[in-house]
Amino acid sequence: MSVTVRVERPVETAAPTGGPFGRPLSRLFKRPPAVIGALVVLLFVVVAALAPVLAPYDPAKPDFANVRQPPSAEYRFGTDEIGRDVLTRTIYGARASLLAGVISVLIATGLGVPLGLVSGFYRGALDELIMRLTDAVLSFPFLILAIAMAAALGPSLTNAMIAIGIATTPTFIRLTRAQVLAVGAEEFVTAARALGATGARIIWRHVLPNCVAPLLVQATLTIAQAVIAESALSFLGLGVQPPTPSWGGMLNTAKNFLVQAPWMAIYPGLSIFFTVLAFNLFGDGLRDALDPRDD
Amino acid sequence: MLPFVGRRALTAIPTLFLVTVMVFGIQRSLPGDPALILAGEQQDPEVIAFIREKYRLNDPLPVQYLAWVAQLARGDLGRSLRTNERVLDLIAAKLPVTIELALLSLLVAVAIALPLGMLAAVRRGTAIDYGSTMAALTGLSVPNFWLGIMLILFVSVRLGWLPASGYVPLSEGVWENVKRMIMPAFVLGTGLAAVLMRQMRSSMLGVLKQDFVRTAHAKGQRGAAVVIRHAARNALIPVTTILGLQLGALLSGAVLTEQVFTIPGFGKLIVDAVFNRDYAVVQGVVLITATSYILINLLVDLTYAVLDPRIGAK
Repeated sequence: MSVTVRVERPVETAAPTGGPFGRPLSRLFKRPPAVIGALVVLLFVVVAALAPVLAPYDPAKPDFANVRQPPSAEYRFGTDEIGRDVLTRTIYGARASLLAGVISVLIATGLGVPLGLVSGFYRGALDELIMRLTDAVLSFPFLILAIAMAAALGPSLTNAMIAIGIATTPTFIRLTRAQVLAVGAEEFVTAARALGATGARIIWRHVLPNCVAPLLVQATLTIAQAVIAESALSFLGLGVQPPTPSWGGMLNTAKNFLVQAPWMAIYPGLSIFFTVLAFNLFGDGLRDALDPRDD
Repeated sequence: MLPFVGRRALTAIPTLFLVTVMVFGIQRSLPGDPALILAGEQQDPEVIAFIREKYRLNDPLPVQYLAWVAQLARGDLGRSLRTNERVLDLIAAKLPVTIELALLSLLVAVAIALPLGMLAAVRRGTAIDYGSTMAALTGLSVPNFWLGIMLILFVSVRLGWLPASGYVPLSEGVWENVKRMIMPAFVLGTGLAAVLMRQMRSSMLGVLKQDFVRTAHAKGQRGAAVVIRHAARNALIPVTTILGLQLGALLSGAVLTEQVFTIPGFGKLIVDAVFNRDYAVVQGVVLITATSYILINLLVDLTYAVLDPRIGAK
């Protein structure tokens, strides 16, 4: 996982007309790749939410009369090794992936942002400790840390989300801290201090608003990574447990039937690819739209 | 420069310390009593008491931690709970396989990323730029284990060009070895190539704007010479850092790639150990990877100080 920290130029706290996100929003909508990304994400969210309505069959019930049927009018994506509809399972699989993507990033921001704020604002020994902890977590390869934690906590979707969340926390600590350091040197912070504002008030009113834009971009891009990470853990058998459908879990089974039923491997993989691509496109577009330097 | 080397090396010490604390913590947070796990099927009280004594499980945690670190310092990572082999020997046996895979992937990544990144920067805003940027984004978004499965499906199952899985040591035939490593190295290399290509492009764009590039042009040097001799050399510095930081991603990717292509390396060792509940092996692998990551990044930073004396002077 890359940990490039990009410091954005602090923006004035006073909002321009059209709200703080008015101009970036209109800039965002002028970028076709970002709009396509947003629409695809939305599509997957709708599919996940409406899975019981959209799915033609039961996702878990075996049908031994229709084992490994190739794609047809009846089974658009074919059936798997115990006769379950691959389309149905792909639709339901969106739930695990999106849930894992969003919840693990919520965990990472929930831990990372406060730690980054405290670390950057108060500096000193606490900062040093938090930074060394960050280095330590970063020195574990992402998946190996997640594997070790899944092994300790036991394999399940919840534990996979916790593991992914903790493994991605350092990125948010570093990003927030870098942002705080940049904002802290600004005159409006000095002015607030001179007026007698408390540390907590300065962080809340002046520093945090200036961190929102880069954090939003990072969160979007991290969701993309988290979706891949969840599918990877489920592929290894350390995430979602069968018979609950997940794209990674489906691929794990599919790799044993490549000769007899290749369709089992194609659709879950394509779904992961399009979801991740959509989040990446949206995140890249968001970054360009929020970056004042590109004007 | 020497004070820089010393300072940078010193920062690695607390990080290493915290890594050992975390690995120790994960090991101790495992569900169940370690003595009962070690005792296996026969839960003989005498055996359990012996294990408690042997592994100092009755001591306070800090004492246990120190004893464990002392053991590590002697190069003793413990024994596999399953096969009773030394964990260090197990890792040493699997490591060369993963290192070969990682080096080949690195070769693939660099061969794709550097020329493409340079070209995209030089031809900014053209079809080449958009095409390679899109290709990089695709590379970042494809789960590498699925790419591996698709390659097996088309290249091995459909076309029959390459073996689908397995590993043959280099000593038993170079071609037999390479034949089985092409697809895994490609799968692992493309993900890294995507990251490197983006970095190379943006770093080239920055360098191309600089005065010394304009001077080189003004001297009448040919475009290609300016790009390669002046711009690319300077653009490579941040790319090297990213390469060091991507080492972890490469190892994570290797775990999945080895699983897809059934390569008996480091990654397969840890996954199998997790399923066999062989915690000693899991712990050893995690510790070795984290330590080597810290040391390699230390080395990358120190190489910097040699390449660019200004860094050491700061």
